[in-house]
Amino acid sequence: MLSNTGITLVILTTLLSVLIIYKSFTELHIENNLINKKIFNLVTFQTTFSILSFFVLIAGFIISDFSLVNVYENSHTKKPFFYKVSGAWGSHEGSLLLWINILVIFSFLFLVFTKHNNKSYLLYTLIFQNFLILGFLIFLLINSNPFSKIYPIPLEGLGLNPILQDPALAIHPPLLYIGFVGSSIYFSAGIASLISNCRDKFFAKSIKPWVLISWSFQTLGITAGSIWAYYELGWGGFWFWDPVENASLMPWFVITALMHSVIVLEKRNSIYSWVIILCLLTFTISVTGTFLVRSGILNSVHTFANDPSRGLYILIFLSLMIFLALAAFFRYSKKEEYNFFLKSKETLILANNWFMFFFLTSVMIGTLYPIILEVLNDTKISVGPPFYSAVIFPFVIPFLIFMALGPKINWIKNKYSRILSNFYILIASILLNLLVYFFFGKYSIISNLIIISSIFLIIHSVKDFFIFFKKKTESDISRIVSHLGFGMLILFIGISHNFTVENDFNLKVGEEKKFSGYQINFNSIRMENEKNYKKIIGEFKLVNLKSNLEEILYPEIRIYDQPETLTYEASIKTKLSADTYLTMSNISRSDYYNIKFQNKPFMIWIWISAILIASGGFIRLIKIKTQ
Amino acid sequence: MKKNLLKIIISVVAIFIIGTFYVSLKKTEIYDTKNLVGTNLDNFELNSLNKKLKINQDLVKKSQYTLINFWASWCAPCRAEHKYLINLKRNAKNLKLIGINFKDEKKNANKFLSEFGDPYHYSAADSKGKVSINFGVYGIPESILVNNDLKIIKKFIGPLNQDEYTSILNLTN
Repeated sequence: MLSNTGITLVILTTLLSVLIIYKSFTELHIENNLINKKIFNLVTFQTTFSILSFFVLIAGFIISDFSLVNVYENSHTKKPFFYKVSGAWGSHEGSLLLWINILVIFSFLFLVFTKHNNKSYLLYTLIFQNFLILGFLIFLLINSNPFSKIYPIPLEGLGLNPILQDPALAIHPPLLYIGFVGSSIYFSAGIASLISNCRDKFFAKSIKPWVLISWSFQTLGITAGSIWAYYELGWGGFWFWDPVENASLMPWFVITALMHSVIVLEKRNSIYSWVIILCLLTFTISVTGTFLVRSGILNSVHTFANDPSRGLYILIFLSLMIFLALAAFFRYSKKEEYNFFLKSKETLILANNWFMFFFLTSVMIGTLYPIILEVLNDTKISVGPPFYSAVIFPFVIPFLIFMALGPKINWIKNKYSRILSNFYILIASILLNLLVYFFFGKYSIISNLIIISSIFLIIHSVKDFFIFFKKKTESDISRIVSHLGFGMLILFIGISHNFTVENDFNLKVGEEKKFSGYQINFNSIRMENEKNYKKIIGEFKLVNLKSNLEEILYPEIRIYDQPETLTYEASIKTKLSADTYLTMSNISRSDYYNIKFQNKPFMIWIWISAILIASGGFIRLIKIKTQ
Repeated sequence: MKKNLLKIIISVVAIFIIGTFYVSLKKTEIYDTKNLVGTNLDNFELNSLNKKLKINQDLVKKSQYTLINFWASWCAPCRAEHKYLINLKRNAKNLKLIGINFKDEKKNANKFLSEFGDPYHYSAADSKGKVSINFGVYGIPESILVNNDLKIIKKFIGPLNQDEYTSILNLTN
């Protein structure tokens, strides 16, 4: 029943896509300035059907309808309600349906909200967006149908991998997808702009809100993924430079570059071609990332389900996209004149683009090089954190300084005026760094420089913040918030990276252990039954010998039945100053448990900083709306 | 002229990247475990975890059945399947177990074996994980059941459970 409804809705969405493309083409030849109401209606219907089909899938998960293969493979009647719902996008098929929904919704919103009288620009955008929608719908129907049936109907589902049952991970894909897939709209708009000759300022104005939305959501999505890794994977880290993580970071670099370049295009009416390249690149890299993750060619131990036929389809689609984009660009782009002053604001905003492209290239090499090498030379290598720390970290220092100074320089031409105040701020940063040094202890030169430059950026941003509240006109609050967030992010990552206290030892109930300023007592152990798992809970008393603070921590070992899996739940006590992190694992045929303890300073501030970065984007959106 | 050159360079780079993706996509099919059953084990050679011994296909030929198990000390599900491996060593008569220690440190691996018990007749170390990937390992734990003609009879993805344990016992006894 649900299966038929779902498939019908998907097919209707597909037919409407074809119809919209056809109608838009015929409409292009009609000489007037208004878009036919019929097209609006078609797009509205398409959006409604597509959203309904997704709700049908969610309903299948909620009522545990195991006649759907997808529900059978990824759900279980005993699963908590929240995770039943999030199971809808937990699998490849479901997430593809979510992907299509975002494509459709963005095309609808773009059509409704773009106040623009260039008809052919809007129609071309709609046409290309619907080609994308159509491509993914065909993929869904022939290869990854979430509504496939199974007979005989199984009584019970296989269950979702328990490590994926986590609130941060449940919201991670939708957030990331709004960012990833949202970028499709300016991919389509970019090509449309080239063909319809609707360029420069108008184009910048029309795509800016969508760039901001996708950027902000993608920032939040990456953050949610890191939070999941930190709380769930049980190793105490939050970023591992895993290929799958890199795949989400690469489009972020390009969107960030685009967001800055769009400002230049809007204000100064230049670098149009570059903005177009970025528009095309963002979605292309998003799809490339999806290809790498879904096809399984990354050979990562994290990827379980992969299917080469899936990969082949995405690859064909990706090639079509790339060559369409290249052809449109080569055919329609025009030569531009650039006349920037070296010390103008544009140059410094574009400095962001140099850095973003440097970071992008580094991460891309780290991710793709092993694949290329394997094909050419049949050797397998893996590129890990040492590569990224060596290549990326040193460049973070000038990047932070540019972020602090760039916004201070006036449009077009700068007068050297504020040198002295910058000097004071630099001195203040060095002094604060010495304070960190004194408080926590010694660390490497490069970390010192990173911390100094991040404090430099923070002081600058805070100063701008006060100026904003005094004058309310000159400064730009959204930029200040995001830059402040970024400065804080680097500072707190730097501190927690350098000053985490870590220890690993075996204890049995009743024993205690003293080490570097801490004492841990293993008080007791008990067993409890939960809805879909059993858990063994340890009770530990942690005493900080310096401050005499006591805490009780409860790490768990969980035994899930469906599928039968053992997971170790860290007990994490979050305070503003530091997180204490404790995991225990059992050692069989012995009373001892293996205990892993970590004290990680300022962890929560890393998440706060990341959310601050994203909120800058949202603030700018609200500003555009009110204008 | 200059512009044309640029076009050509960009197109070539795009084609190169797509081509690479295509070739590696074809290669991943080799890793597809569905096709592994019924095929013959490729030749391999690994160092023993602790002894001065080469572990290769000749060891497999010596016993009627061999279960090759991929594991690591950092892998939680490996602990869950451990009891079945121990029972297999005890109860399966015609079966030898080879444990391949995947992307692990020797110290941690030995600690694991001394704490939980050593279910393996031979232990091999694959610290970089390369040889295991050639066996078609996606993620660990995984196990491959082979006979003395080096033919792969069964492949188990994920931790072994009671049913799989019984089926191995029935097959080999």
